[in-house]
Amino acid sequence: MNALSIKGLTKTYRGGFEALKGIDLTVKAGDFYALLGPNGAGKSTTIGIISSLVNKTQGQVEVFGFNIDTHLVQAKQHIGLVPQEFNFNQFETVLQVVMNQAGYYGVPRKLALERAQKYLTELDLWHKKDARSRELSGGMKRRLMIARALMHQPKLLILDEPTAGVDIELRRSMWTFLESLNEQGVTIILTTHYLEEAESLCRNIGIIDNGVIVQDTSMKALLSQLNVETFVLDITPVAQDVCLEGFDSRLIDDHTLEVDVEQGHELNTLFSQLTNHGISVLSMRNKANRLEELFLRLVNQTA
Amino acid sequence: MSANFIALKSLLTKEVNRFTRIWLQTLVPPAITMSLYFVIFGTLIGERIGLMSGFSYMEFIVPGLIMMSVITNSYSNVASSFFSSKFQRNVEELLVAPVPTWIIIAGYVGGGVARGLLVGCIVTLVSLFFVQLNIANIGVLIISVLFTSILFSLGGLINAILAKTYDDISIIPNFVLTPLTYLGGVFYSLSLLPEFWQGVSQVNPIVYMINTFRYGFLGVTDIPLVYSFSIIFIFVAALYSLAHWMISRGIGLRS
Repeated sequence: MNALSIKGLTKTYRGGFEALKGIDLTVKAGDFYALLGPNGAGKSTTIGIISSLVNKTQGQVEVFGFNIDTHLVQAKQHIGLVPQEFNFNQFETVLQVVMNQAGYYGVPRKLALERAQKYLTELDLWHKKDARSRELSGGMKRRLMIARALMHQPKLLILDEPTAGVDIELRRSMWTFLESLNEQGVTIILTTHYLEEAESLCRNIGIIDNGVIVQDTSMKALLSQLNVETFVLDITPVAQDVCLEGFDSRLIDDHTLEVDVEQGHELNTLFSQLTNHGISVLSMRNKANRLEELFLRLVNQTA
Repeated sequence: MSANFIALKSLLTKEVNRFTRIWLQTLVPPAITMSLYFVIFGTLIGERIGLMSGFSYMEFIVPGLIMMSVITNSYSNVASSFFSSKFQRNVEELLVAPVPTWIIIAGYVGGGVARGLLVGCIVTLVSLFFVQLNIANIGVLIISVLFTSILFSLGGLINAILAKTYDDISIIPNFVLTPLTYLGGVFYSLSLLPEFWQGVSQVNPIVYMINTFRYGFLGVTDIPLVYSFSIIFIFVAALYSLAHWMISRGIGLRS
Protein backbone atom coordinates (compact mmCIF):
# COMPACT_ATOMS: atom_id res chain seq x y z
CA MET A 1 0.00 0.00 0.00
CA ASN A 2 1.28 3.43 -0.88
CA ALA A 3 1.00 6.15 1.73
CA LEU A 4 1.52 8.75 -0.95
CA SER A 5 1.36 8.56 -4.69
CA ILE A 6 2.04 11.61 -6.85
CA LYS A 7 1.77 11.55 -10.63
CA GLY A 8 2.63 14.33 -13.06
CA LEU A 9 2.28 17.05 -10.45
CA THR A 10 2.80 20.56 -11.75
CA LYS A 11 2.46 23.93 -10.12
CA THR A 12 2.75 27.25 -11.87
CA TYR A 13 2.30 30.25 -9.62
CA ARG A 14 0.60 33.44 -10.71
CA GLY A 15 3.28 35.37 -12.52
CA GLY A 16 4.41 32.26 -14.37
CA PHE A 17 6.94 30.76 -11.96
CA GLU A 18 6.96 27.01 -12.53
CA ALA A 19 7.62 25.50 -9.10
CA LEU A 20 6.90 21.87 -10.02
CA LYS A 21 7.45 20.50 -13.50
CA GLY A 22 5.53 17.24 -13.47
CA ILE A 23 6.90 15.25 -10.56
CA ASP A 24 6.18 11.58 -9.84
CA LEU A 25 6.74 10.28 -6.34
CA THR A 26 5.70 7.22 -4.38
CA VAL A 27 6.11 6.69 -0.65
CA LYS A 28 5.24 3.27 0.72
CA ALA A 29 3.20 2.87 3.90
CA GLY A 30 5.48 2.63 6.92
CA ASP A 31 8.41 4.31 5.17
CA PHE A 32 10.64 7.00 6.62
CA TYR A 33 11.21 9.11 3.51
CA ALA A 34 13.50 12.09 3.05
CA LEU A 35 12.50 14.74 0.55
CA LEU A 36 15.56 16.88 0.02
CA GLY A 37 16.41 19.79 -2.19
CA PRO A 38 17.97 23.23 -2.11
CA ASN A 39 15.92 26.28 -1.14
CA GLY A 40 13.24 27.01 -3.73
CA ALA A 41 13.49 23.53 -5.26
CA GLY A 42 9.79 22.79 -4.79
CA LYS A 43 9.73 20.80 -1.51
CA SER A 44 7.36 23.10 0.35
CA THR A 45 5.13 23.50 -2.72
CA THR A 46 4.84 19.70 -2.95
CA ILE A 47 4.00 19.47 0.75
CA GLY A 48 1.58 22.38 0.41
CA ILE A 49 -0.30 20.60 -2.38
CA ILE A 50 -0.46 17.30 -0.48
CA SER A 51 -1.87 19.07 2.57
CA SER A 52 -4.28 21.35 0.63
CA LEU A 53 -2.50 24.60 1.36
CA VAL A 54 -1.50 25.14 -2.25
CA ASN A 55 -3.69 24.59 -5.31
CA LYS A 56 -2.04 22.33 -7.86
CA THR A 57 -1.99 23.18 -11.54
CA GLN A 58 -2.07 19.62 -12.87
CA GLY A 59 -1.46 16.07 -11.77
CA GLN A 60 -2.74 13.56 -9.30
CA VAL A 61 -2.13 13.12 -5.58
CA GLU A 62 -3.36 10.14 -3.59
CA VAL A 63 -2.98 9.66 0.15
CA PHE A 64 -3.51 6.06 1.23
CA GLY A 65 -5.49 5.57 -1.98
CA PHE A 66 -7.68 8.66 -1.51
CA ASN A 67 -7.44 11.11 -4.37
CA ILE A 68 -7.33 14.69 -3.09
CA ASP A 69 -9.58 15.80 -5.96
CA THR A 70 -12.37 13.37 -5.22
CA HIS A 71 -11.89 12.26 -1.58
CA LEU A 72 -10.25 15.26 0.04
CA VAL A 73 -11.83 14.78 3.47
CA GLN A 74 -10.63 11.16 3.75
CA ALA A 75 -7.18 12.13 2.46
CA LYS A 76 -6.91 14.97 4.99
CA GLN A 77 -7.83 12.66 7.87
CA HIS A 78 -4.68 10.62 7.21
CA ILE A 79 -2.27 13.55 7.08
CA GLY A 80 -0.52 15.29 9.96
CA LEU A 81 1.46 18.36 8.94
CA VAL A 82 4.34 20.02 10.74
CA PRO A 83 5.00 23.12 8.65
CA GLN A 84 8.27 24.95 8.38
CA GLU A 85 7.06 28.15 10.04
CA PHE A 86 5.33 28.49 13.40
CA ASN A 87 1.69 28.85 12.49
CA PHE A 88 -0.19 28.34 15.72
CA ASN A 89 -2.06 31.12 17.47
CA GLN A 90 0.59 32.80 19.60
CA PHE A 91 -2.00 34.00 22.11
CA GLU A 92 -3.39 30.57 22.89
CA THR A 93 -1.99 28.28 25.53
CA VAL A 94 -0.14 25.11 24.58
CA LEU A 95 -3.13 23.01 25.59
CA GLN A 96 -5.57 25.18 23.62
CA VAL A 97 -3.44 24.86 20.49
CA VAL A 98 -3.48 21.06 20.54
CA MET A 99 -7.09 20.76 21.75
CA ASN A 100 -8.39 23.04 19.00
CA GLN A 101 -6.57 21.04 16.37
CA ALA A 102 -8.06 17.82 17.73
CA GLY A 103 -11.49 19.45 17.60
CA TYR A 104 -11.07 20.36 13.92
CA TYR A 105 -10.51 16.66 13.22
CA GLY A 106 -13.62 15.72 15.18
CA VAL A 107 -11.78 14.14 18.11
CA PRO A 108 -14.09 14.16 21.17
CA ARG A 109 -12.87 16.34 24.02
CA LYS A 110 -12.18 13.54 26.53
CA LEU A 111 -10.09 11.59 24.03
CA ALA A 112 -8.37 14.77 22.87
CA LEU A 113 -7.36 15.54 26.46
CA GLU A 114 -5.88 12.05 26.86
CA ARG A 115 -3.91 12.45 23.64
CA ALA A 116 -2.81 15.95 24.57
CA GLN A 117 -1.39 14.62 27.83
CA LYS A 118 0.29 11.70 26.03
CA TYR A 119 1.97 13.71 23.28
CA LEU A 120 2.80 16.77 25.34
CA THR A 121 4.37 14.51 27.96
CA GLU A 122 6.33 12.55 25.36
CA LEU A 123 7.58 15.81 23.88
CA ASP A 124 8.34 17.24 27.31
CA LEU A 125 5.77 20.02 27.09
CA TRP A 126 3.08 18.91 29.54
CA HIS A 127 4.47 21.15 32.29
CA LYS A 128 4.00 24.08 29.88
CA LYS A 129 0.41 23.25 28.97
CA ASP A 130 -0.98 26.46 30.47
CA ALA A 131 1.76 28.72 29.10
CA ARG A 132 0.95 31.01 26.17
CA SER A 133 2.55 29.51 23.09
CA ARG A 134 4.40 32.75 22.27
CA GLU A 135 6.27 32.40 25.57
CA LEU A 136 7.85 29.10 24.53
CA SER A 137 11.43 28.74 23.35
CA GLY A 138 12.13 27.94 19.69
CA GLY A 139 12.68 24.25 20.43
CA MET A 140 9.47 24.03 22.46
CA LYS A 141 7.52 25.66 19.63
CA ARG A 142 8.87 23.05 17.21
CA ARG A 143 7.79 20.27 19.56
CA LEU A 144 4.38 21.87 20.01
CA MET A 145 3.89 21.75 16.25
CA ILE A 146 4.70 18.02 16.26
CA ALA A 147 2.29 17.38 19.15
CA ARG A 148 -0.42 19.34 17.35
CA ALA A 149 0.05 17.34 14.15
CA LEU A 150 -0.33 14.06 16.05
CA MET A 151 -3.59 14.86 17.84
CA HIS A 152 -5.73 13.03 15.28
CA GLN A 153 -3.19 10.20 15.06
CA PRO A 154 -2.43 10.50 11.34
CA LYS A 155 -1.02 7.59 9.36
CA LEU A 156 1.15 9.97 7.34
CA LEU A 157 3.20 12.60 9.12
CA ILE A 158 4.83 15.28 6.97
CA LEU A 159 7.56 17.28 8.63
CA ASP A 160 8.92 20.33 6.83
CA GLU A 161 12.27 21.09 8.45
CA PRO A 162 11.16 20.14 11.95
CA THR A 163 14.57 20.59 13.57
CA ALA A 164 15.51 23.94 12.02
CA GLY A 165 17.14 26.10 14.67
CA VAL A 166 16.98 23.38 17.30
CA ASP A 167 20.07 22.58 19.42
CA ILE A 168 21.79 19.25 18.85
CA GLU A 169 20.65 17.61 22.09
CA LEU A 170 17.02 18.40 21.40
CA ARG A 171 17.41 17.41 17.76
CA ARG A 172 18.63 13.97 18.82
CA SER A 173 15.70 13.54 21.20
CA MET A 174 13.34 14.51 18.38
CA TRP A 175 15.00 11.89 16.14
CA THR A 176 14.36 9.25 18.79
CA PHE A 177 10.74 10.36 19.05
CA LEU A 178 10.25 10.26 15.27
CA GLU A 179 11.92 6.86 15.04
CA SER A 180 9.56 5.46 17.66
CA LEU A 181 6.57 6.91 15.79
CA ASN A 182 7.79 5.27 12.59
CA GLU A 183 8.23 1.96 14.43
CA GLN A 184 4.57 2.25 15.50
CA GLY A 185 3.61 2.32 11.81
CA VAL A 186 3.39 6.03 11.05
CA THR A 187 4.73 6.85 7.59
CA ILE A 188 7.00 9.87 7.81
CA ILE A 189 8.06 12.28 5.09
CA LEU A 190 10.83 14.56 6.22
CA THR A 191 12.40 17.58 4.58
CA THR A 192 15.53 18.90 6.18
CA HIS A 193 18.69 20.80 5.45
CA TYR A 194 20.58 18.69 8.00
CA LEU A 195 21.63 15.86 5.74
CA GLU A 196 23.07 13.76 8.53
CA GLU A 197 19.53 13.81 9.93
CA ALA A 198 18.12 12.38 6.70
CA GLU A 199 20.94 9.84 6.46
CA SER A 200 20.47 8.64 9.99
CA LEU A 201 16.63 8.50 9.98
CA CYS A 202 15.37 7.79 6.49
CA ARG A 203 15.26 4.57 4.50
CA ASN A 204 14.30 6.12 1.18
CA ILE A 205 15.07 9.45 -0.36
CA GLY A 206 13.86 11.80 -3.05
CA ILE A 207 15.91 14.74 -4.21
CA ILE A 208 14.07 17.56 -5.90
CA ASP A 209 15.72 20.41 -7.75
CA ASN A 210 14.18 23.11 -9.93
CA GLY A 211 10.80 21.41 -9.67
CA VAL A 212 12.09 18.07 -10.93
CA ILE A 213 12.80 14.86 -8.99
CA VAL A 214 16.45 14.10 -9.72
CA GLN A 215 16.68 11.02 -7.46
CA ASP A 216 14.08 8.72 -5.95
CA THR A 217 15.74 5.69 -4.45
CA SER A 218 16.76 3.97 -1.22
CA MET A 219 19.28 5.68 1.02
CA LYS A 220 21.58 2.66 0.68
CA ALA A 221 21.47 2.71 -3.12
CA LEU A 222 22.09 6.43 -3.20
CA LEU A 223 25.06 6.29 -0.86
CA SER A 224 26.58 3.47 -2.90
CA GLN A 225 26.75 5.94 -5.82
CA LEU A 226 29.38 7.83 -3.91
CA ASN A 227 32.56 6.53 -5.55
CA VAL A 228 35.02 8.88 -3.91
CA GLU A 229 35.16 9.80 -0.24
CA THR A 230 37.45 12.47 1.13
CA PHE A 231 39.09 11.81 4.49
CA VAL A 232 40.81 14.34 6.69
CA LEU A 233 43.75 12.86 8.58
CA ASP A 234 45.39 14.43 11.62
CA ILE A 235 49.03 13.38 11.30
CA THR A 236 52.38 13.85 12.98
CA PRO A 237 53.97 17.01 11.55
CA VAL A 238 55.55 16.75 8.11
CA ALA A 239 57.71 19.28 6.32
CA GLN A 240 56.53 18.75 2.75
CA ASP A 241 53.69 17.20 0.76
CA VAL A 242 53.76 13.45 0.37
CA CYS A 243 53.07 11.43 -2.76
CA LEU A 244 50.71 8.52 -2.17
CA GLU A 245 50.41 6.01 -4.98
CA GLY A 246 46.80 5.43 -6.10
CA PHE A 247 45.42 8.27 -3.93
CA ASP A 248 44.93 11.98 -4.54
CA SER A 249 46.13 13.84 -1.48
CA ARG A 250 46.71 17.41 -0.35
CA LEU A 251 48.65 18.69 2.62
CA ILE A 252 46.46 21.33 4.19
CA ASP A 253 48.98 22.28 6.88
CA ASP A 254 51.94 20.53 8.48
CA HIS A 255 49.70 18.18 10.48
CA THR A 256 46.53 17.87 8.31
CA LEU A 257 46.32 15.75 5.20
CA GLU A 258 43.26 15.36 2.93
CA VAL A 259 43.04 12.14 0.94
CA ASP A 260 40.48 11.13 -1.73
CA VAL A 261 39.73 7.41 -1.53
CA GLU A 262 37.97 5.82 -4.48
CA GLN A 263 35.48 3.02 -3.98
CA GLY A 264 37.35 -0.32 -3.88
CA HIS A 265 40.60 1.12 -2.59
CA GLU A 266 41.62 -0.24 0.78
CA LEU A 267 42.46 2.09 3.59
CA ASN A 268 45.11 -0.39 4.73
CA THR A 269 47.11 0.47 1.59
CA LEU A 270 46.86 4.13 2.47
CA PHE A 271 48.02 3.55 6.04
CA SER A 272 50.95 1.36 4.88
CA GLN A 273 52.15 4.08 2.53
CA LEU A 274 51.89 6.70 5.27
CA THR A 275 53.84 4.43 7.64
CA ASN A 276 56.53 3.99 4.96
CA HIS A 277 56.81 7.79 4.79
CA GLY A 278 57.26 7.83 8.57
CA ILE A 279 53.88 9.51 9.11
CA SER A 280 51.63 8.46 11.99
CA VAL A 281 47.87 9.01 11.77
CA LEU A 282 46.50 10.42 15.03
CA SER A 283 42.81 10.55 14.00
CA MET A 284 40.66 10.65 10.89
CA ARG A 285 37.19 11.77 9.83
CA ASN A 286 35.08 12.25 6.71
CA LYS A 287 35.55 15.70 5.20
CA ALA A 288 31.81 16.00 4.58
CA ASN A 289 28.74 13.97 5.32
CA ARG A 290 28.43 11.31 2.60
CA LEU A 291 24.89 12.29 1.74
CA GLU A 292 25.90 15.93 1.68
CA GLU A 293 28.57 15.19 -0.93
CA LEU A 294 26.13 13.27 -3.11
CA PHE A 295 23.46 15.90 -2.68
CA LEU A 296 25.78 18.68 -3.79
CA ARG A 297 26.95 16.62 -6.73
CA LEU A 298 23.39 15.86 -7.91
CA VAL A 299 22.18 19.39 -7.44
CA ASN A 300 25.22 20.84 -9.22
CA GLN A 301 24.67 18.45 -12.12
CA THR A 302 21.17 19.83 -12.73
CA ALA A 303 22.21 23.45 -12.26
CA MET B 1 -21.32 13.57 18.55
CA SER B 2 -20.51 14.02 14.86
CA ALA B 3 -17.07 15.15 13.74
CA ASN B 4 -18.54 18.25 12.11
CA PHE B 5 -20.33 19.25 15.29
CA ILE B 6 -17.12 18.86 17.30
CA ALA B 7 -15.23 20.95 14.73
CA LEU B 8 -17.89 23.67 14.84
CA LYS B 9 -17.91 23.68 18.63
CA SER B 10 -14.11 23.96 18.73
CA LEU B 11 -14.03 26.84 16.29
CA LEU B 12 -16.91 28.65 17.94
CA THR B 13 -15.40 28.26 21.41
CA LYS B 14 -12.10 29.54 20.13
CA GLU B 15 -13.78 32.58 18.59
CA VAL B 16 -15.80 33.41 21.69
CA ASN B 17 -12.72 32.95 23.90
CA ARG B 18 -10.83 35.33 21.63
CA PHE B 19 -13.10 38.31 22.09
CA THR B 20 -13.90 37.65 25.74
CA ARG B 21 -10.16 37.37 26.53
CA ILE B 22 -9.72 40.92 25.24
CA TRP B 23 -13.00 42.23 26.69
CA LEU B 24 -11.45 45.58 27.47
CA GLN B 25 -10.95 46.13 23.73
CA THR B 26 -14.10 44.43 22.49
CA LEU B 27 -16.92 44.85 25.00
CA VAL B 28 -16.22 48.00 27.01
CA PRO B 29 -15.64 50.62 24.25
CA PRO B 30 -19.10 50.20 22.63
CA ALA B 31 -20.74 50.67 26.02
CA ILE B 32 -18.81 53.89 26.61
CA THR B 33 -19.40 55.22 23.09
CA MET B 34 -23.11 54.52 23.21
CA SER B 35 -23.40 56.09 26.68
CA LEU B 36 -21.98 59.27 25.15
CA TYR B 37 -24.52 59.09 22.30
CA PHE B 38 -27.32 58.65 24.83
CA VAL B 39 -26.12 61.61 26.91
CA ILE B 40 -25.38 63.98 24.04
CA PHE B 41 -27.97 63.12 21.39
CA GLY B 42 -30.63 61.64 23.61
CA THR B 43 -30.61 63.80 26.70
CA LEU B 44 -28.94 67.11 25.82
CA ILE B 45 -29.97 67.61 22.19
CA GLY B 46 -32.93 65.25 22.14
CA GLU B 47 -34.94 67.25 24.65
CA ARG B 48 -34.92 70.21 22.25
CA ILE B 49 -35.97 68.09 19.25
CA GLY B 50 -39.28 66.92 20.63
CA LEU B 51 -41.23 63.93 19.34
CA MET B 52 -40.09 61.76 16.41
CA SER B 53 -42.69 59.42 14.87
CA GLY B 54 -44.71 59.94 18.04
CA PHE B 55 -41.90 58.96 20.46
CA SER B 56 -39.38 60.92 22.47
CA TYR B 57 -36.14 61.41 20.57
CA MET B 58 -34.33 59.19 23.07
CA GLU B 59 -36.84 56.35 22.56
CA PHE B 60 -36.51 56.81 18.81
CA ILE B 61 -32.71 56.62 18.58
CA VAL B 62 -32.08 53.80 21.08
CA PRO B 63 -33.00 50.93 18.68
CA GLY B 64 -30.84 52.46 15.94
CA LEU B 65 -27.88 52.88 18.27
CA ILE B 66 -28.20 49.29 19.51
CA MET B 67 -28.31 48.08 15.93
CA MET B 68 -25.36 50.29 15.01
CA SER B 69 -23.22 48.67 17.71
CA VAL B 70 -24.38 45.18 16.67
CA ILE B 71 -23.46 45.89 13.03
CA THR B 72 -20.04 47.38 13.83
CA ASN B 73 -19.05 44.68 16.30
CA SER B 74 -20.26 41.73 14.23
CA TYR B 75 -18.35 43.01 11.23
CA SER B 76 -15.12 43.98 12.96
CA ASN B 77 -14.98 40.82 15.06
CA VAL B 78 -14.95 38.49 12.07
CA ALA B 79 -12.83 40.80 9.92
CA SER B 80 -10.08 41.14 12.52
CA SER B 81 -10.20 37.55 13.76
CA PHE B 82 -10.10 35.93 10.33
CA PHE B 83 -7.50 38.33 9.00
CA SER B 84 -5.29 37.77 12.07
CA SER B 85 -5.58 34.02 11.44
CA LYS B 86 -4.54 34.60 7.86
CA PHE B 87 -1.73 36.93 8.85
CA GLN B 88 -0.34 34.59 11.54
CA ARG B 89 -1.04 31.68 9.21
CA ASN B 90 -2.98 29.74 11.84
CA VAL B 91 -5.88 29.60 9.40
CA GLU B 92 -3.78 26.75 7.97
CA GLU B 93 -4.84 24.68 10.98
CA LEU B 94 -8.34 24.78 9.54
CA LEU B 95 -7.35 24.42 5.91
CA VAL B 96 -5.37 21.21 6.44
CA ALA B 97 -8.10 19.68 8.59
CA PRO B 98 -11.16 17.94 7.11
CA VAL B 99 -13.39 20.85 8.12
CA PRO B 100 -16.15 21.59 5.57
CA THR B 101 -16.34 25.16 4.29
CA TRP B 102 -19.77 25.72 5.83
CA ILE B 103 -18.32 24.96 9.27
CA ILE B 104 -15.51 27.46 8.79
CA ILE B 105 -18.12 30.07 7.86
CA ALA B 106 -20.47 29.07 10.67
CA GLY B 107 -17.66 29.14 13.24
CA TYR B 108 -16.40 32.59 12.36
CA VAL B 109 -19.85 34.06 11.74
CA GLY B 110 -21.02 32.48 15.01
CA GLY B 111 -18.21 34.30 16.80
CA GLY B 112 -19.21 37.58 15.16
CA VAL B 113 -22.87 37.08 16.03
CA ALA B 114 -21.97 36.20 19.64
CA ARG B 115 -19.98 39.42 20.02
CA GLY B 116 -22.54 41.51 18.14
CA LEU B 117 -25.39 40.27 20.28
CA LEU B 118 -23.43 40.51 23.53
CA VAL B 119 -22.51 44.11 22.75
CA GLY B 120 -26.15 44.72 21.73
CA CYS B 121 -27.28 43.44 25.13
CA ILE B 122 -24.71 45.60 26.95
CA VAL B 123 -25.78 48.71 25.03
CA THR B 124 -29.44 47.87 25.72
CA LEU B 125 -28.68 47.61 29.44
CA VAL B 126 -26.83 50.94 29.34
CA SER B 127 -29.78 52.55 27.54
CA LEU B 128 -32.06 51.54 30.41
CA PHE B 129 -30.31 54.19 32.53
CA PHE B 130 -31.62 56.81 30.10
CA VAL B 131 -34.98 55.56 28.88
CA GLN B 132 -37.63 52.99 29.64
CA LEU B 133 -37.75 50.53 26.75
CA ASN B 134 -40.90 48.75 25.65
CA ILE B 135 -40.92 45.84 23.27
CA ALA B 136 -43.69 45.86 20.67
CA ASN B 137 -42.80 42.62 18.90
CA ILE B 138 -40.14 40.32 20.37
CA GLY B 139 -40.14 38.01 17.33
CA VAL B 140 -39.37 40.78 14.86
CA LEU B 141 -36.79 42.16 17.27
CA ILE B 142 -34.89 38.88 17.60
CA ILE B 143 -35.05 37.87 13.95
CA SER B 144 -33.96 41.29 12.71
CA VAL B 145 -31.01 41.64 15.08
CA LEU B 146 -29.92 38.02 14.55
CA PHE B 147 -29.96 38.15 10.77
CA THR B 148 -28.42 41.60 10.64
CA SER B 149 -25.60 40.32 12.80
CA ILE B 150 -25.18 37.28 10.53
CA LEU B 151 -25.19 39.52 7.46
CA PHE B 152 -22.46 41.81 8.73
CA SER B 153 -20.41 38.93 10.10
CA LEU B 154 -20.46 37.47 6.59
CA GLY B 155 -19.45 40.88 5.25
CA GLY B 156 -16.51 40.98 7.68
CA LEU B 157 -15.48 37.49 6.65
CA ILE B 158 -15.44 38.38 2.95
CA ASN B 159 -13.49 41.54 3.72
CA ALA B 160 -10.91 39.51 5.68
CA ILE B 161 -10.61 36.89 2.93
CA LEU B 162 -9.80 39.58 0.39
CA ALA B 163 -7.65 41.73 2.69
CA LYS B 164 -3.91 41.74 2.23
CA THR B 165 -2.99 44.23 4.94
CA TYR B 166 -4.51 45.42 8.22
CA ASP B 167 -5.47 48.65 6.42
CA ASP B 168 -7.72 46.63 4.12
CA ILE B 169 -9.92 45.53 7.02
CA SER B 170 -10.49 49.08 8.23
CA ILE B 171 -11.34 50.64 4.86
CA ILE B 172 -14.84 49.15 4.57
CA PRO B 173 -15.91 49.90 8.17
CA ASN B 174 -14.59 53.47 7.99
CA PHE B 175 -15.57 54.47 4.49
CA VAL B 176 -18.64 52.36 3.78
CA LEU B 177 -20.19 50.96 6.94
CA THR B 178 -20.09 54.05 9.13
CA PRO B 179 -21.60 56.45 6.53
CA LEU B 180 -24.29 53.92 5.59
CA THR B 181 -25.17 53.41 9.24
CA TYR B 182 -25.38 57.13 9.98
CA LEU B 183 -27.46 57.64 6.84
CA GLY B 184 -29.56 54.58 7.62
CA GLY B 185 -32.05 56.37 9.81
CA VAL B 186 -30.43 55.90 13.21
CA PHE B 187 -30.97 59.54 14.16
CA TYR B 188 -33.98 60.48 12.03
CA SER B 189 -37.13 59.13 10.46
CA LEU B 190 -36.95 58.69 6.70
CA SER B 191 -40.26 60.51 6.41
CA LEU B 192 -38.43 63.71 7.41
CA LEU B 193 -36.31 63.55 4.27
CA PRO B 194 -37.31 65.19 0.98
CA GLU B 195 -38.81 62.70 -1.49
CA PHE B 196 -35.62 62.47 -3.55
CA TRP B 197 -33.44 61.54 -0.54
CA GLN B 198 -36.08 59.09 0.63
CA GLY B 199 -35.64 57.34 -2.71
CA VAL B 200 -31.86 57.40 -2.37
CA SER B 201 -32.13 55.91 1.12
CA GLN B 202 -33.97 52.90 -0.32
CA VAL B 203 -30.66 51.62 -1.77
CA ASN B 204 -29.04 51.65 1.66
CA PRO B 205 -29.55 48.13 3.09
CA ILE B 206 -28.97 49.34 6.64
CA VAL B 207 -32.16 51.41 6.42
CA TYR B 208 -34.19 48.18 6.29
CA MET B 209 -32.40 46.63 9.23
CA ILE B 210 -32.73 49.63 11.50
CA ASN B 211 -36.38 50.10 10.60
CA THR B 212 -37.22 46.47 11.25
CA PHE B 213 -35.39 46.49 14.56
CA ARG B 214 -37.06 49.75 15.55
CA TYR B 215 -40.41 48.19 14.74
CA GLY B 216 -39.59 45.45 17.26
CA PHE B 217 -39.28 48.09 19.99
CA LEU B 218 -41.67 50.84 18.96
CA GLY B 219 -44.12 49.15 16.61
CA VAL B 220 -43.56 51.79 13.90
CA THR B 221 -41.59 51.57 10.68
CA ASP B 222 -41.01 53.66 7.56
CA ILE B 223 -40.81 50.54 5.35
CA PRO B 224 -43.11 47.47 5.18
CA LEU B 225 -41.66 44.57 7.24
CA VAL B 226 -42.02 41.97 4.48
CA TYR B 227 -39.97 44.14 2.19
CA SER B 228 -37.29 44.71 4.85
CA PHE B 229 -36.99 41.04 5.80
CA SER B 230 -36.79 40.03 2.14
CA ILE B 231 -33.89 42.41 1.61
CA ILE B 232 -32.09 41.11 4.73
CA PHE B 233 -32.54 37.44 3.76
CA ILE B 234 -31.46 38.05 0.16
CA PHE B 235 -28.29 39.78 1.35
CA VAL B 236 -27.54 36.98 3.82
CA ALA B 237 -27.98 34.34 1.12
CA ALA B 238 -25.86 36.27 -1.37
CA LEU B 239 -23.00 36.96 1.04
CA TYR B 240 -23.03 33.37 2.35
CA SER B 241 -22.80 32.03 -1.21
CA LEU B 242 -19.97 34.40 -2.00
CA ALA B 243 -18.02 33.51 1.17
CA HIS B 244 -18.54 29.78 0.52
CA TRP B 245 -17.34 30.07 -3.06
CA MET B 246 -14.27 32.08 -2.06
CA ILE B 247 -13.18 29.73 0.73
CA SER B 248 -13.83 26.61 -1.37
CA ARG B 249 -11.74 28.04 -4.19
CA GLY B 250 -9.06 29.13 -1.74
CA ILE B 251 -9.27 32.76 -2.84
CA GLY B 252 -6.99 34.81 -0.60
CA LEU B 253 -6.09 31.66 1.31
CA ARG B 254 -4.24 29.27 -0.97
CA SER B 255 -1.55 30.11 -3.48
